[in-house]
Amino acid sequence: MSTHEPVVRVEGVSKIFPRGNVVALQDIDLTLAPQEFVSLIGPSGCGKSTLLRVIGDLIDPTAGTVTINGKPARQARSDHDYGIVFQDAVLFEWRTVSKNIALPLELLGWDRARRKARVEEMLELVELQQFGDHHPWQLSGGMQQRVAIARAFAFEPALLLMDEPFGALDEMTRERLNLELLAIWQHLASTVVFVTHSISEAVFLSTRVVVMSPRPGRIAGLVEIDLPSPRTAETREEPRFFELVTQVRELLRLRGEHLLPEEEQLLREAAE
Amino acid sequence: MSPRRSLEWLPAIVVFVSAIAIWDLAIRAFNIQQFLLPTPGAIISSFWTERHTLWPAGWYTFKEALGGFVVGSLLGMATATVIGRFKVIGVAILPLAIAANAVPIIAFAPIFDVWFNPLSPHSKMAIAGVLCFLPVMVNTLRGLQSASPRQIELMRSYASSDLEIWRRVRVPTALPFVFTALKVASVLAMIGAIVGEYFGGSFNALGVLINSDANIFNFERAWAGILVASLLGLALYAAVVATERVVVNWAPEYRDS
Repeated sequence: MSTHEPVVRVEGVSKIFPRGNVVALQDIDLTLAPQEFVSLIGPSGCGKSTLLRVIGDLIDPTAGTVTINGKPARQARSDHDYGIVFQDAVLFEWRTVSKNIALPLELLGWDRARRKARVEEMLELVELQQFGDHHPWQLSGGMQQRVAIARAFAFEPALLLMDEPFGALDEMTRERLNLELLAIWQHLASTVVFVTHSISEAVFLSTRVVVMSPRPGRIAGLVEIDLPSPRTAETREEPRFFELVTQVRELLRLRGEHLLPEEEQLLREAAE
Repeated sequence: MSPRRSLEWLPAIVVFVSAIAIWDLAIRAFNIQQFLLPTPGAIISSFWTERHTLWPAGWYTFKEALGGFVVGSLLGMATATVIGRFKVIGVAILPLAIAANAVPIIAFAPIFDVWFNPLSPHSKMAIAGVLCFLPVMVNTLRGLQSASPRQIELMRSYASSDLEIWRRVRVPTALPFVFTALKVASVLAMIGAIVGEYFGGSFNALGVLINSDANIFNFERAWAGILVASLLGLALYAAVVATERVVVNWAPEYRDS
């Protein structure tokens, strides 16, 4: 793949949910270059999770096209071009940690020896070597989410889709996992689309932040994050970090008109 | 068994032994007639002396219960699988199945005796089987439909087929529901076989034996027969629980061990 070919190309994508005729996404254009880390941020109902699912071909757009690695999204999904992580770890409780990580590898038809070697590698990467034979419920929430990340990265997809993966975790665990995620992302040189509610998380992780606004869901602005790499705990204390956080916040305030609670409810229901 | 596990059983054992002791004392204290309630000792003694009659009869009835349990449960799981696969059939059948579950099926026992030969074990198997069918079917279906939407979405992100999703998500999710139903069914199967025999059956069947002993005032052996029936019922139930522990060792109730 040439470095100029985008990993994700979203062109003129709109999504209207028939129920309540909700315009979840309107005319979205977005291009991700290889090894970009792009966060989608915005208030509830701005369509960021919907956009993530349209990219993953889990929801069909009403209009527009999505191209992944130069292929239509459907083809990319059949080719296992992306891994996905949800807000809940979505682990299979009847499988051990190792077997959860091995799930996509089994579906890809890898043989036992190859699966075992890769699972070992991934356990090491997320620092859960001693927990391979544990069952998911024996782990804390943060550990479960690390298993989900290991599973998503296990088959080395070019693209990783993450839907508020750390949203349910406490602040300290979240910051530690932010650092771990960046290390894995750099190690594997993949491209990430990351949905979040947290401005500081978006700025800390990303190479670019896409600010979205609701009703109809559209892109309100882009913020290039020019913080030096690799990022460390100190990055959060740099003046530039605060400037960028402010920039994102202002875009959100400027364009993200507030919805009435019942409108938010309607959008959420429509999205499900 | 670890010392801690055996300690957990201690209260139950104490209650059981006390109950037997109170039973025995009450019969002596209030001078209860033996045809109303024999002493535990008399029942145990009959259980031993009559073993050559009781155990073969118990085994005969157990085979009926087991046959009904296996056939009824397998049919229940198969029906649930078909209904779960084709929603249209489910919409038509499920309300009827739930209504049928409320029908006292044991009332059909004399009819089954007419349909099948009352002296053959098949009529009792049919009763046990029908009793097992409905709870297993309804619970299996509920289990198959309880799969997490997120887990299914994850499988779809891997471009998995419906069959793959069924095998790797729906079936494992359904298993704890199935075992809950099988535990109920194992008890129902034994009830079905014995009550079926009360309406008539082969002379070497436990239900027939208990019934005729009660009619000829042979209460000690009738009670010993009830004891045999209880032990066999417990054995079937325990076998299901043991299988459950192995197959769904990840289910919430086994997570500590």
